[in-house]
Amino acid sequence: MNAVWGGAMKMSAAAIVVAACTALPAVAQPDPSDWAAVLQEARGQTVYWHAWGGDPRINDFILWVADEALSRHGVSLTQVKLASTADAVARVVSEKQAGQDQGGAVDLIWINGENFAAMKGKGLLFGPFAEQLPNWPLVDVAGKPATRMDFTEPTLGLESPWAMAQLVFEYDSARVPAPPLGAGQLLDWAKANPGRFTYPRPPDYLGTTFLKQVLYGVIDDPDLLLQPVDPATYDRLTAPLWAWLEEITPALWRQGQAYPANEPALGQLLADGEIDIAFAFNTGRASAAIAAGELPQTIRTNTWTGGTIGNASFVAIPYNAAHAAGALVVANLLLDPRVQARAQDPDVLGFQTVLNLSALSGQDRARFDALDLGIATLAPHDLGPALPEPHASWMTRISQDWIRRYGVAQ
Amino acid sequence: MTADGALRFAPRLTLLLMAGPVIAGLAGTLRPAFEADGMARLLDWPGLARAVALSLGTGIASTLLSLAIALGLVAALQGGRLFTLILRLLSPLLAVPHAAAALGLAFLLAPSGWIARALSPWATGWTQPPDLLILNDPAGLALTAGLVLKEVPFLLLILIAALPQADAPRRLMLMASLGYGRVAGWMLSVLPAVWPQMRPAVYAVLAYSMTAVDMAIVLGPALPPTLSAQLVLWMTSPDLSIHPVAAAGALVQLGLVLAALALLRCAETGLARLGCRLALTGRRQIWADRWLAPLAAGAGLLVVLLMAGSMAGLALWSFAGPWVFPDALPQRLELDAWARAAPGLGPAALETVLLAALSAALATGLVLACLEAESRFGLKPGGGALWLLWLPLIMPQVAFLPGLAELGLRTGVEGSTGAVAAAHLVFVLPYVFLSLAAPWRAWDPRIAVAGAALGATPGRIFWRLRLPMLLRPVLTAAAVGFAVSVGQYLPTLLIGGGRVTTLTTEAVALSSGGNRRIIGTFAMLQLALPLLAFALALALPAALFRNRAGMRPGA
Amino acid sequence: MSGLVLDRLEVRAKGKLIVALDAVVKPGGVLTIMGPSGSGKSTALAAIIGTLGPEFSLSGRLILDGRDITGLPTRARGVGLLFQDDVLFPHLSVGGNLAFALPAALRGRKARRAAVEAALAKAGLAGFADRDPATLSGGERARVALMRTLLAEPRALLLDEPFSRLDAGLRDRIRAFVLDLIRAERIPAVLVTHQADDAEAAGGRILDPLGRPVPPGT
Repeated sequence: MNAVWGGAMKMSAAAIVVAACTALPAVAQPDPSDWAAVLQEARGQTVYWHAWGGDPRINDFILWVADEALSRHGVSLTQVKLASTADAVARVVSEKQAGQDQGGAVDLIWINGENFAAMKGKGLLFGPFAEQLPNWPLVDVAGKPATRMDFTEPTLGLESPWAMAQLVFEYDSARVPAPPLGAGQLLDWAKANPGRFTYPRPPDYLGTTFLKQVLYGVIDDPDLLLQPVDPATYDRLTAPLWAWLEEITPALWRQGQAYPANEPALGQLLADGEIDIAFAFNTGRASAAIAAGELPQTIRTNTWTGGTIGNASFVAIPYNAAHAAGALVVANLLLDPRVQARAQDPDVLGFQTVLNLSALSGQDRARFDALDLGIATLAPHDLGPALPEPHASWMTRISQDWIRRYGVAQ
Repeated sequence: MTADGALRFAPRLTLLLMAGPVIAGLAGTLRPAFEADGMARLLDWPGLARAVALSLGTGIASTLLSLAIALGLVAALQGGRLFTLILRLLSPLLAVPHAAAALGLAFLLAPSGWIARALSPWATGWTQPPDLLILNDPAGLALTAGLVLKEVPFLLLILIAALPQADAPRRLMLMASLGYGRVAGWMLSVLPAVWPQMRPAVYAVLAYSMTAVDMAIVLGPALPPTLSAQLVLWMTSPDLSIHPVAAAGALVQLGLVLAALALLRCAETGLARLGCRLALTGRRQIWADRWLAPLAAGAGLLVVLLMAGSMAGLALWSFAGPWVFPDALPQRLELDAWARAAPGLGPAALETVLLAALSAALATGLVLACLEAESRFGLKPGGGALWLLWLPLIMPQVAFLPGLAELGLRTGVEGSTGAVAAAHLVFVLPYVFLSLAAPWRAWDPRIAVAGAALGATPGRIFWRLRLPMLLRPVLTAAAVGFAVSVGQYLPTLLIGGGRVTTLTTEAVALSSGGNRRIIGTFAMLQLALPLLAFALALALPAALFRNRAGMRPGA
Repeated sequence: MSGLVLDRLEVRAKGKLIVALDAVVKPGGVLTIMGPSGSGKSTALAAIIGTLGPEFSLSGRLILDGRDITGLPTRARGVGLLFQDDVLFPHLSVGGNLAFALPAALRGRKARRAAVEAALAKAGLAGFADRDPATLSGGERARVALMRTLLAEPRALLLDEPFSRLDAGLRDRIRAFVLDLIRAERIPAVLVTHQADDAEAAGGRILDPLGRPVPPGT
C-alpha cells in the first residue's frame, strides 16, 4: 500500500517538474530592448487587438494596419470589436482570478484614462515597453506631454500612444453664427436658445470631460486640477461649476430631464437637428461625418479661449498576453510615420498624430503636409492649447456628485 | 434496453450540463456581492428606490398590457380575417432582436423621428425638432411601450400553439348557445383551459421585461435608469471597485424578479376566483364584445404598425444617403453601409448559424429526451431542477456571466465554437423547454395507448407518432432556441475570448458607435436568420402535412 | 387452451374493490362488461390492456391463449383496442394508419401495400389508402379504426364503447360488421359499454365490473 502511494507521489512530483520546465519558455516574455528577437518571435503570431468597434472607419483603419503588419512583419492582426473597453479589462481580470497567468486571450488593448489606471493599479499590464520601441524617438514627448501622462497618471512605458485627441465643439453654422468661446458664453447662448444644447450623462467619459472643461473655465487656479482632489477644498473649488450647472440646466435639451448616453448619442442629436452645439474628442470627426453624409454641410468646429482638454489614445499589452511579441510589433507599427499620416487623413480617421513632425525625414513630413484637413477641421495652430487632463480623482468625484444632484431625479 | 437506459439518464445529463454553468454563474454573482461592502454601498446609492420602482413598474405594466392585448386579440377576433392578417404580420416580428426593436422604435417616435419628419413642416410647422420628452421619459412609458411591442408577438404565438388542446371552437359554441358574448365566453371557458400552458411563457415575459437591458438603455429613463440597466453601467465601469455594488444589485434584482413572480401568482389565484364568481352570476357580458373587439383590433394593428414602422425605418437607414430633419425620406439611397459591412459578413453569418444550429439542436434534443423520459418513467423535474432551468432567465446576464467565464477559464473549455455553443445552451435550453413542455404534455395520451395496443414499442411511438404529430411545436421551440442563440452577445464575447465573431458581436460593437446606417444593416441581418428559422418551423410541417386537415393549427 | 381467461382479476384503489372479474372468453365469443359511468368499466379496461395507473393494485391473472400476459407491457399483450373515438393518427394517411399496425415481419413495400389494400377492400373502403383521415365520415373512420386494430393480428380484442358516437342508422351496421368480423376471425373479445342494445347484440355473457351478471333488458 505504502509503496504504491510513494510511487504515485514520486510520479506526480516528476510530472510537476516536467510541467514546470515545459511551461517556463512560455512564461519568459519578450524583451523589447532586443528588437531583432522580438521581430523573430512575432513572425507567424496572430495578435488579438481588443478595440472599441463602434466606428466602422476605425475598424477599416485597423484592417489596413493588419495588412501592413502581415506584409512587413508576418504578424496577423485581428480586431476583437468591443462595445466597451471595460469588456477587455474584465476579461483580463477574470483570467487573473482563474490563475491563467499566461496564454491570455487579450494581446493588445486600445486604452486610456480610467481603464489604464485600473489595469496599472492591479498589475495587469506587460512592460514597461513603450519607450524601448524603435519608433519611440519620433514621439513628440515635449510638445505633447499627454503621450506620457494619461490623466495625470504617469504611463511609465506601460502603454504606447498612437493618437492625440482634443475636445472640440461642433456647431451648426447655419443657426449659430458666432459660437460660444467659453463656459460663460455658452451659458448665455443656451439661455437665449433653450433646448438646443446638452452633454452626455456622467459618468460617461465625454460627459464628465465636459464638466471638467467647464471647471477649467470657472476655477481660479487651474493648476489645482492636476493635484488629487483635496476634500477640504473640494466644495469651495467646485461651487462655481455647480452654480453654472444650476443655471444652464433649465435651458438644456429636454430641460435636463434626459441626457444622451454617450458621444455617439450626442453626435446623433446634432445630426438629427435636435441640438445646435455638440462636442467630440476627435478634431476630425465632423469633417469625416460630413464627408460620409452623416452631418449637414453647415457643421463647423471651434475650441474655447484658453484651450480645451486634450489627451492621447494608447495601446497596452496585458501581463499574460499569449502573443506579446506580436503585440509589441503592432504597437511599434502604430508609431510608424506612414501609419500615423494615414490616421490623420480626415478621409480615413482624422486623428491627430502623436509624432514630432520636425523629427521626421523630409519624405515622411511631406505625407502630413499633403493632408487636406477637411471642411470643418481646425488647422493645428487654430486648435489652441491642449489642456492636460485633471487628476483622475476629479473625474470620479465630479461624476459622483453630478449623479447625486442630477442623475437620480426626485 | 440500452436506449432505454440512456433515456432514463437524459434528465440527469441535462441537469448536469446546466448545473455547472448555472452554479458557477450564481457563485460568481453572489461572491462579490458580499465583498467590499457591496450591499451597504448599494443601499447608499440615492437612485436605488427609484430604479427598483422603475424595474417593477415597467416590468409588470408591460407584461400585463401585452398579455391583455394578446388575449384580447384571440378572444375577440380569432377566426376572423382581421385576426389572420394581424397574426401574419406579427409572426415575422417575433424574430426582431430587442436592441434593434428599441433603436427602430426610438427613431420612429423621437421628436426628430420618422413620424415627426413625415408630418413636418406641412402639418406641424416644425422646421427643427420640437423639444419634447417622448423617449427616456422618467415614468418609463416609452420603455413599457417598447417591451409591449416585443412581447405581444411572443405571447400570441404561445397562445395560438396552446389553443388546439383547448377545443376552443366547441367551447365557444357552447357558451354562445348559452347566450354569452364572445369575449366573455372565451374568457370564462377557453382561458382556464389554455392558461396552464401559457403560464410559463407569461412568467418568462415578466422576468425578461424586468431584466431587459438593451431596451431599457435605449428607451428607458436614465435619471436613474432601471436597476438592470444600472447594473450594466456599473459592471462595465472601468472603476473595478464598483463591481461588488453591481453584484449586490444583481442580488436585489433576483429578489425583485422572484417577488414579482410571486405577485403574479397571487394575482392569478385572485383573478381565477373572481372569474368563478363572475361565472356563477350568470351575467352574459355581451357589452364586452362591442367595445373590446375594436379595442383589441386597434391595439393589435398599432403593435403591427409600430413594429413594422420601426423595422422599415432601420431598413431605410441602411440604404440612406444624407437624411436630415424634416425630410420624410433620405436625399438619395446608397449601398455604402452594406459595402462597409460586407467583408466580414460571410464568416460572421456562418459562425452565427453554426452556433445557433448547434445549441438549438442540442437543446431541443435534450428537452425532447427529458420530456420523453418524463412520460415513460414518470421522471418529473423536481423543484431544484426547475430552479436550475429558470435561473439563467431571471439572473441579470451581466452579473451572471463573469462567473460562467471563470468556469470556462478554469476548465480551459473556452475560446472555441463548441465552448460558446455550450454557453449558449445555458440560455437556449430554458426557452426551448418553456416553449415545448406544454404542447408536449398536452398530447392526447390515447394515441400512445392506441399505438401500444397495435404492438408498437415506446421508441416507435415516439418516432412515428408523437414526434411527427408534435413537429410544429418542436420546430417552433427549436426556432425560438435558434433566435435566442443568435441574440447572445456577452456569452459569445466572454466565453469566446474574442476568437468567435458572430453577427451579434459585430452588431453590438458597431451599435455602440450609434451609426444608424450600420445599425440598420446589422439589424436586418440579425433579423433575417431567426426569421428564416421561424419560417422553416412553420413551412416544414405545413408542407409535410399539407393534405392532413387534422394537423392544421386550430384543428 | 385458446381464448382469454380473466382469472380472478381484481383491481383495488386505496383498498376499495373496483373490479372483480372471473370469466373465460372463447375465440369468437364476446364478454360484455356493462355498467353506468363511474362503475369501474374503464378501470377494468385499463387492467386488461395494461395501462393501470400506479394508484391501483391488481391481483389475479390474465391468460391469453394459454400465455400469462398479466405483467406484460401493452404492446406485448396481443390485445387489440378499439376506442370510443376512432383515434386515427391525424398525421398519417388512411393507408399509413393501417400500415402502422401491420406486423414488421411482413416485409417489402409491395406486400405491405397489398395487405393494406386488402384490408380496406374488406371494409368496403377500396381506394381510400391515400385519403386524409380527417376527410372521412364517422362510419368510414370507425371501419378504418377496426381494420387497423385487426391488421396488428391481435389474439384478443377490447372494445371501449366503440359504437356510442355513431348515429342510429350507422350504428347497427357498424356493430354488425364488427361482431361478424370477430366471429369470422375467431377472436375472443371484451366489450365495455353502458348501452343495453350493444350488450344484447354481442350475444355473450353480460357482467358488471364487479363480476355480477346483469339481467338482460336493464
